[in-house]
Amino acid sequence: MSKATASPARSIAAHGILILYTVIALFPVLIVVVNSFKSRTAIFRQPLMPPTVSTFDLVGYETVLKQGDFLHYFQNSLIVTVVSLFLVLLFGAMAAFSLSEYRFRGNSLMGLYLALGIMIPIRLATVAILQLMVASGLVNTLTSLILVYTAQGLPLAIFILSEFMKGVSDDLKNAGRIDGLSEYTIFFRLVLPLVRPAMATVAVFTMIPIWNDLWFPLILAPSESTKTVTLGAQLFLGQFVTNWNAILAALSLAILPVLILYIAFSRQLIRGITSGAVK
Amino acid sequence: MTTAPKRAIRWHIGVFLAPAVLIYTAIMILPLVGTLQLALFKAVNQVQTFVGLDNFRTLFGDPNWSVGFWNALRNNTWFFVIHMLVQNPIGVMLAALLSSPKLRFSAFYRTAIFVPTVLSFVIVGFAWKLILSPLWGVAPNLLDLVGLKFLFSPWLGKESSALIALSLVSVWQFVGIPMMLIYAALLSIPDEVIEAAECDGVTGMAQFWKIKLPLILPAIGIISILTFVGNFNAFDLIYTAQGALAGPNYSTDILGTFLYRAFFGFQLQIGDPNMGAAIATMMFLIILAGVCVYLFLVQTRLRRYQF
Repeated sequence: MSKATASPARSIAAHGILILYTVIALFPVLIVVVNSFKSRTAIFRQPLMPPTVSTFDLVGYETVLKQGDFLHYFQNSLIVTVVSLFLVLLFGAMAAFSLSEYRFRGNSLMGLYLALGIMIPIRLATVAILQLMVASGLVNTLTSLILVYTAQGLPLAIFILSEFMKGVSDDLKNAGRIDGLSEYTIFFRLVLPLVRPAMATVAVFTMIPIWNDLWFPLILAPSESTKTVTLGAQLFLGQFVTNWNAILAALSLAILPVLILYIAFSRQLIRGITSGAVK
Repeated sequence: MTTAPKRAIRWHIGVFLAPAVLIYTAIMILPLVGTLQLALFKAVNQVQTFVGLDNFRTLFGDPNWSVGFWNALRNNTWFFVIHMLVQNPIGVMLAALLSSPKLRFSAFYRTAIFVPTVLSFVIVGFAWKLILSPLWGVAPNLLDLVGLKFLFSPWLGKESSALIALSLVSVWQFVGIPMMLIYAALLSIPDEVIEAAECDGVTGMAQFWKIKLPLILPAIGIISILTFVGNFNAFDLIYTAQGALAGPNYSTDILGTFLYRAFFGFQLQIGDPNMGAAIATMMFLIILAGVCVYLFLVQTRLRRYQF
């Protein structure tokens, strides 16, 4: 019996397939980053070779940093993502607490109403969202993006967080009530610290789509001063179609921050998924 | 409030709920309803006039619109079918390999295979556009290494293969999601079930097909509906790789890019919010139908497999 589960041939085959797929997953990223450090001729002559002393060239990065206003785009993306994330976590946790802690008329109906947004994408409402933003003068402001992303992130955040809050011990909360703590203090002082791991999971799930979104920046905030890094990269890449050094450098600059963040948070993210947070 | 009701009004419930409900309702639900409503109106001399289902009649009947719409719907369906046939089986296979108990480096594999999923469409679209480009020798060189250079052609530039190539790029990007969810489902199978199977001599492949697969069907159901919603709402990858015109000759046009052109306008085409709303309504109905099929047909039947 143990032979069947642990035979070396099977394990070699398993590693073989996994290594093959890992190469497929990482190869495009690697080839872009590696070639961004090479001179133009080397990019075309030997695309599969790493840069050597003679082919090493940073001309692409120089072009990007001179031409594009990437630092500014980066700042916009950061503001939009961080503020939306904060609002999603705060408002989402508050609503989740209210739904999981108190029994009131319409509780489950409210839960269902808020869960609608998990399945129905907010993108379908774009036509009316644009009209709303035009009417309220919010077009081409970061505020419009923050509002949209907050609304987009709330349903899943509320759903995941209320599952977790149901697991917080009632005794603890009741002890707090006997000690005369207000409901607000119980929420902020007792419950929030206990669901911190769930908050981290929700944060990662909320952050990735916001940072990577192209649709809403394109429609709601395409002006120069409000461009996000994703939209900026898209337009920049479109302009420099023939300058391969610049394109590869811009792509690498766009990949690196995400990759570093991902490696820093990957354990959190993977634990979040595998602990059944999204089931 | 001096008149005391039976129970004091618990204001804190409202305070906790209000911010989320207000933002969600104002920015998501009302605009969604507003969009559905706009689909029933038309600008006549710059005044919004109620025209009933006229916009939908135009969308399905007027060749200026219907050709594009059916083309986008057909392409979108293909896009979804390719995801279901390629992404999910690969995801299940990778998860099954990763979940074998004695596997070394499994954390490394998991992290590496998930990398493309966290990258933005802009990066993915452009990186693949460069790799598949005949100008840059990467794809032909690689095929040459395994002696298959004759297979190479500019896939993204040909009408017959562009959609398939882009679907596969999207599969490459998102295969991490089914892998992770199935992996989680496989880990949650109780050890007793596996041990019982091994005592009965069911091991290896047979164990996977007969014991594990039926037990992870609910997770496969969830992945299918997530894929469905994601695919019928997709836009970014096509827009990045092929532009708003979804070339060559609209062969990669899907509902998202069709909606973008109709509602926002592109080049010679003038944006029409009402037609855009009509297309968004169709996408809403398609996604709603998919979700309903999942909730009422798939999920209720799969429940009985759960522990």
